[in-house]
Amino acid sequence: MGRTKEELLARLEELKIDFKRHDHPVVLTVEDQAKHVGNFGGALTKNLLLKDKKHRLYIVSALADTKVDMKILSQRLGLGKGGVRMAPEENLRQVLQVPLGCVTPFALFNESASAVSLLLDQGLKSKQSCYFHPLTNDVTIALSSSNLDKFLLSIGKQPAYVDLEASPVVGKDNPPDLADLVPSGAFCSSEESVENPTPKDAPQVNVPKEKTCLPEVKAKPKVQNKGAESSESKVLTNNGPNVEIFASDVLEVIFPLFLSEASKKLNIKQEELTQILKLDDFKRRAAPDLESVTNMFKNMAYTAGFHAGFDTMLKSGLGGMPSRK
Amino acid sequence: GEGELAMASVAPEVEKKEEEEQVVNPWEVSAGKGGIDYDKLVDQFGCQRLDAALIDRIARLTGRPPHRFLRRGLFFAHRDLNEILDIYEKGDKFYLYTGRGPSSEALHLGHLVPFMFTKYLQDAFKVPLVIQLTDDEKFLWKNLTVEESKRLARENAKDIIACGFDVERTFIFSDFNFVGGAFYENMVKVARCVTYNKVVGIFGFTPEDHIGKISFPPVQAVPSFPSSFPKHFSGNDQLRCLIPCAIDQDPYFRMTRDVAPRIGYQKPALIESRFFPALQGENTKMSASDPNSAIYVTDSTKDIKTKVNKYAFSGGQDSVELHRKLGANLEVDVSIKYLNFFLEDDDELERIKKAYKEGRMLTGEVKQLLVTVLSEMVERHKRARARVTEEVCNIICYHIHLVLYI
Repeated sequence: MGRTKEELLARLEELKIDFKRHDHPVVLTVEDQAKHVGNFGGALTKNLLLKDKKHRLYIVSALADTKVDMKILSQRLGLGKGGVRMAPEENLRQVLQVPLGCVTPFALFNESASAVSLLLDQGLKSKQSCYFHPLTNDVTIALSSSNLDKFLLSIGKQPAYVDLEASPVVGKDNPPDLADLVPSGAFCSSEESVENPTPKDAPQVNVPKEKTCLPEVKAKPKVQNKGAESSESKVLTNNGPNVEIFASDVLEVIFPLFLSEASKKLNIKQEELTQILKLDDFKRRAAPDLESVTNMFKNMAYTAGFHAGFDTMLKSGLGGMPSRK
Repeated sequence: GEGELAMASVAPEVEKKEEEEQVVNPWEVSAGKGGIDYDKLVDQFGCQRLDAALIDRIARLTGRPPHRFLRRGLFFAHRDLNEILDIYEKGDKFYLYTGRGPSSEALHLGHLVPFMFTKYLQDAFKVPLVIQLTDDEKFLWKNLTVEESKRLARENAKDIIACGFDVERTFIFSDFNFVGGAFYENMVKVARCVTYNKVVGIFGFTPEDHIGKISFPPVQAVPSFPSSFPKHFSGNDQLRCLIPCAIDQDPYFRMTRDVAPRIGYQKPALIESRFFPALQGENTKMSASDPNSAIYVTDSTKDIKTKVNKYAFSGGQDSVELHRKLGANLEVDVSIKYLNFFLEDDDELERIKKAYKEGRMLTGEVKQLLVTVLSEMVERHKRARARVTEEVCNIICYHIHLVLYI
């Protein structure tokens, strides 16, 4: 169960952190977000969720204009060339617990994201306020980087600002300058020794094209202190039919349809309904029943598959079928 | 007297004992005055308490909130759980083992508790699970035929499947169908390491007990060893095992842990629960002969309403005025105890407890809420149970259908 934007905003208020709130329809890209908040004076940010070969996750939060070169970033982290790539959608849902198009430093508010490393663009410090999504993409909040730091420190994270456009030489005499930002205690299960075969390896939608960055060597950034134990959390991807993910998908489809129907029939504006009826509450109530029937369905499907495979084997022999392991 | 040899234990029997001594073993649970002293039990058995740090570690490693049974201290003790977590953190696997003695067709909510918790462990850690149905044990202890024992095992298996285990990672077996081969070899290895005196000491056998009973314990011990399932765990003999069970099973697995290194195997780890209260109160016993002592998964919403309203022991005061003044005694109120087990929302539970204790909420209101919660659960189970076909049951229980997703 992830934190809600209400919880996050309440926490910001508790911490006496100044922020401006802008509500708008759901946006999935920086371009769309710009249409709604672009004229209010804050700086747009792009937020990437990256993953390395050992399945460790990184959020890179940068000004929309900052050029982020993944190859160089990978080397600076000490992961070699091509050591990081865009993380699959599943990780947004399972680890960050945010919807598509909603990567944000505030995702670290969720316990499940405790091992995710956060890299903040130095450029954020130069702006009066920057725009981030507070765990949902129908709201944007604007706050200064020092206020963002205040929040991060309150959840035990040390903010790490990086000159993302720098490309220092990494070699024998020059160790990777961002190596400290790699989460320690890497997890690597035997299930994941095969590259994740899920078809949803598409990158997040709100990432504009990258270009090569300027060569400028900067000093080592502050070490991000994640707290000794928190860096050891697991990041699990699922290779098989997953009941929880399926049930969540179904509820995410049904809920907006239900709201739309209710809005029409009760003659209430959909925006008003979304203030009252929350997806998370709906999911929490519906998940146990939906997961239960889904599980039973999965059993039946599996059984049918088993019989089909068994009969095939009986009739046609092995025929070169590879084993599932 | 005999209790049920099941992973889910029934509430302690009321025995008129002279001494305050409480007795807890797989066949007998009796409390001293004031109910079971869990602290004393943990000390006596020598297991560890599950503290907040450990629960926190579980949450971090699994990337999800800990199950409410952990949050509320219902699963509260363990052996070697830290080692299991270390293994998991390194990226290695372990497997789960739990079981049931199928003595009756009807399961009640107390029986579901360990299965609910085991399902959570399987979902959270994504590990394989073996579930043993000890139909042979029921044959030995109760007046049943072999056919009836096997039939009950199969019926119970369907209820267990309805709890929602992962078909790709779960193997349910009945002893009558499965014992033999490598499993039997391990049974004999264990048996050779435990003297007659020892089992008498652990389980209280007498010279009048037939040899079936005395030779039974190894059957429940060996599913802790992966080599008992050669086709499933193919050669991974050092795979660790975690056993969720009620704390009265601890003596059983103390014996197993004692034997394990002597036969070259790893000790099983344990995660243990408190006892589930009978409807009429902690010091009464749940029994198949009294249908009002428990809520069954076959009960209708009307049955549940009647049972809760009429039989659930109340900690409230006798009159509304007195109740508003003094509030309820949460220590003995069974409805609150049941909500503790089955109401998911922590905040809501706290609100109810506070209001009830302070007399602002009446017993009737608490019971009404409980009926709603239990009805939802039972309906869900019934719906799922109806969708467990014979074919599904065959796959999960009787076919060696996979190398358990290792």
